[in-house]
Amino acid sequence: MINRRFFLKSSGLALVGGSLLPNVFVKMANASTTKGSKTLVAIFQRGAVDGLNMIVPFGEKAYYDARPTIAVPRPGGQGGALDLDGFFGLHPSLASLMPYFKDHSAAFVHAVGSPDATRSHFDAQDFMESGTPGVKSTEDGFLSRAMGMKKGTPMSPLRAVALSPALPRILAGSAGAVAMTNLGQFGIHGGANVSGGFESMYAEAVAGTLGGTAKESFDAARILKSADPQKLQPENGALYPNGPLGNSLKQIAQLIKSNVGLEVAFADVSGWDTHAGEGGAQGQLANNLTNFSNAIAAFTQDLGSRMGDVVLVTMSEFGRTVHENGNRGTDHGHANVMIVLGGGVKGGKVYGKWPGLSSQQLYENRDLAITTDFRDVFAELLTKQLAVPSLKSVFPGYDSSAGKWRGILA
Amino acid sequence: MNLPAKLVAGVIALAFLTGLSTSDNRLTDRQRALHALNRLAFGPRPGDVDAVMKDGVNTWIEQQLHPEGIPDRAVQARVDSLPTMRLSNAQIMRTYYAPVLAARKEAKAEAKDGEIDKKEARREFMRDVPPNQRPQVVMNELVEQRILRAAESDRQLNEVMVDFWMNHFNVFSGKGIDRFLLTSYERDVIRPHIWGRFEDLLMATAKSPAMLFYLDNARSIAAPENRPREPQRYYGWGFGRGRMMARPQQQNKQQGGLNENYAREIMELHTLGVDAGYTQKDVTELARVLTGWTITNQRDGGEGAAFIFRPRLHDAGAKTVMGIRFAPGGGMEEGERMIHVLAHHPATAHHIAYKLCQRLVADEPPPALVDRVAKRFLATDGDLREMVRAVIASPEFWDPASYRAKVKSPFEYTISAVRAVNAQITDPSAIARSLQQIGEPLYGAQPPTGYSDKADVWINTGALMNRLNFALSLAANKLPGVHGDVVSLIPAGQAADASHSVEALALALTGGTLTEETRSTIKSRIVERKAPSEDPWDNTQLPTVAGLILGSPEFQRQ
Repeated sequence: MINRRFFLKSSGLALVGGSLLPNVFVKMANASTTKGSKTLVAIFQRGAVDGLNMIVPFGEKAYYDARPTIAVPRPGGQGGALDLDGFFGLHPSLASLMPYFKDHSAAFVHAVGSPDATRSHFDAQDFMESGTPGVKSTEDGFLSRAMGMKKGTPMSPLRAVALSPALPRILAGSAGAVAMTNLGQFGIHGGANVSGGFESMYAEAVAGTLGGTAKESFDAARILKSADPQKLQPENGALYPNGPLGNSLKQIAQLIKSNVGLEVAFADVSGWDTHAGEGGAQGQLANNLTNFSNAIAAFTQDLGSRMGDVVLVTMSEFGRTVHENGNRGTDHGHANVMIVLGGGVKGGKVYGKWPGLSSQQLYENRDLAITTDFRDVFAELLTKQLAVPSLKSVFPGYDSSAGKWRGILA
Repeated sequence: MNLPAKLVAGVIALAFLTGLSTSDNRLTDRQRALHALNRLAFGPRPGDVDAVMKDGVNTWIEQQLHPEGIPDRAVQARVDSLPTMRLSNAQIMRTYYAPVLAARKEAKAEAKDGEIDKKEARREFMRDVPPNQRPQVVMNELVEQRILRAAESDRQLNEVMVDFWMNHFNVFSGKGIDRFLLTSYERDVIRPHIWGRFEDLLMATAKSPAMLFYLDNARSIAAPENRPREPQRYYGWGFGRGRMMARPQQQNKQQGGLNENYAREIMELHTLGVDAGYTQKDVTELARVLTGWTITNQRDGGEGAAFIFRPRLHDAGAKTVMGIRFAPGGGMEEGERMIHVLAHHPATAHHIAYKLCQRLVADEPPPALVDRVAKRFLATDGDLREMVRAVIASPEFWDPASYRAKVKSPFEYTISAVRAVNAQITDPSAIARSLQQIGEPLYGAQPPTGYSDKADVWINTGALMNRLNFALSLAANKLPGVHGDVVSLIPAGQAADASHSVEALALALTGGTLTEETRSTIKSRIVERKAPSEDPWDNTQLPTVAGLILGSPEFQRQ
């Protein structure tokens, strides 16, 4: 694995070059002869991760005042944040992402989120996945609507895949998406007669949910069977950590390398609802972040030059309170952090307008305010990475025109 | 065609007719019995539909509404044979958590002196713990009793409602010590209250160590300036040193403060519902009201791991929740007052009515029905039996539009398949594993919302595949510890030829709800591969046929 001490040492160095420098994957992809289709990988940190301890505003005294026991120390000291730009620092447990920030393939967006005021996990996740904050009646997910906008291209049944036991809200809809936890076991464990029998039974069952779901399942199972992606071993010495996210990302990499037409992949990872005993540089959140960042780093390493065709983005339903609570944890807050990593990313930069943490700058006197709507980030990614032709129905009633984008992708 | 085959054909024709005759806008008696067994039970076993029809579906429902009057000795005896089922929280912690703590402590000590990895050392120590004292025994047995009861208990509606309320008041077994507290939670908190008043059920959950731990109220205490006087000592809870709580830095100063997790969820999920007009301020104020509601430790006397109100940790300041004012200096009665208010709020009545109708009637329950059930809730002081009765007695429940309109949850699906083939369960762990694959591990919902009662969440590609694979394994008798014999479901002599065997099996497993298309698909795929000259039909394909039936779109519905 990556040597943490190396980054602790080198993190103090000034960054070479500006954010205009093309990131390493763009260079690799240009050199490579394989041109696969583009893929967007979205990771949902369910439970509301504490973004203020992921990308630490160490330049702000108010951060340390608000968090006497769980703040991540300033860079330089023991367990200190890894300096990104003199104001923000990376949680030391995210060290394995540092090389990607340095080679300009990773960027962070701070003070980003969903503008609805809810502090309910359920509602906030729902709003973020439907892409319509504040509107409950939206039936489908915004990634599904985005895929639905891409007509005319040959549709792979594996164009949208969620690595989860249930299809997440964000991919629910008519565009078709499949959910699975294990590529190798996806399919009917019986002879051709049996699986053919089920297939024609479900083809007859036109009634809503069941029929549609089944067709996608059987088509996807057929492709998986012939492509056999699970035989692919991680490359470039990538070592996925144990746990659900590592497992999901490993399989997403297999799908990408198998050229089965994957355009959108989704994985979620939970365990971020740190109401008590959150910890600072070490502890509960730190342990989860280590696993989280090592999984992402392994994925990036595994894909190597193919990462030029991939953008990975993370999200979480809301942030957490600026002040730590009575149990050395944090309660439900507002704005948060997103990570964007991959080909085309103009990395090496923390994007977004910083609203500040002094009490009059906080949202409802307690939380980090939102200065970037998460839809503006996704609007840019969907347009530039997936060539979604129009965002009107993807984010209905919301102006996500190019003028509002942060310019994260080239 | 020989005589038995003709008889079978006649029965099938009849069943087929009854299965389709919904055109007169009324369910037939057979459909009513099947509907009741699907919604108010975990599906029919062979013979159940006839038995319910014989006494009348209303008689059966009335019996089910009074589960205490249904003898259930066989299942009770099996549950009683599981050692942890009769232990208190404290006994479970002592027996099953103590070895974990001891292993941690020893591993820590060893890791200090040398090169030994702490985790590896802990694993070493745990290996020395006898298998029947390992911590996983507790959850294994709890899962086992739940599956056994759902599949085999005659108090079927009771088990359906246990499933509903355990989910409504969800506690996740993966959070800290909750895996040791869930046994008592289900047995002492949920089960005794599901036929009583909602307020009593709500109060029992609010004072349960499992919920207090899960939603962090056990650690929520007044900010120092709002404490009546400085606490003299450090409070932990449960077994041992209370290591889950932040440690005090000074001997005499209790660390900690407000945690609003439970206050938010009791309003949003347990009572009022998310759009009920309460504010962030109400959440924070309710959290203050509920400070001091926590869990005992051994120093409190008693055996530990029980509810206690600690006045010294309670916020002594003035508070206002949803317009209700509390003067300074109050105690536990403040929380009890608020729970009473929440339990009787019209928004709560509506929220509970909606969820109940969604579970029992339709994913999008008719608003008029929800309103009526909510009114019943308010008129009966939240009598949960009367609420369930109001749902079942409604025309909407029996409307043909509700018939087979819901897709089974994974738990409903697996258990109904086991019941349909009349399988005997000697070891439910294979079923528990299947539930995990199909997406509903028992006690495994991490968010406080619990699992959804709507089809679109359950029916997705991967889960559907796993349902079909479960059906094939079950029917082929390949689930270890679950023994079924699908051949025996067809009366002797009626399996004379292939086509009629399929018809008879379809009738036995689904009560005649299999469409003609599905039946002919099965026949063409399986049966007609056997040349007619190969008759007599040897039944070896029947498990596959049964697997296809149990995996069919029709069997996914209820």
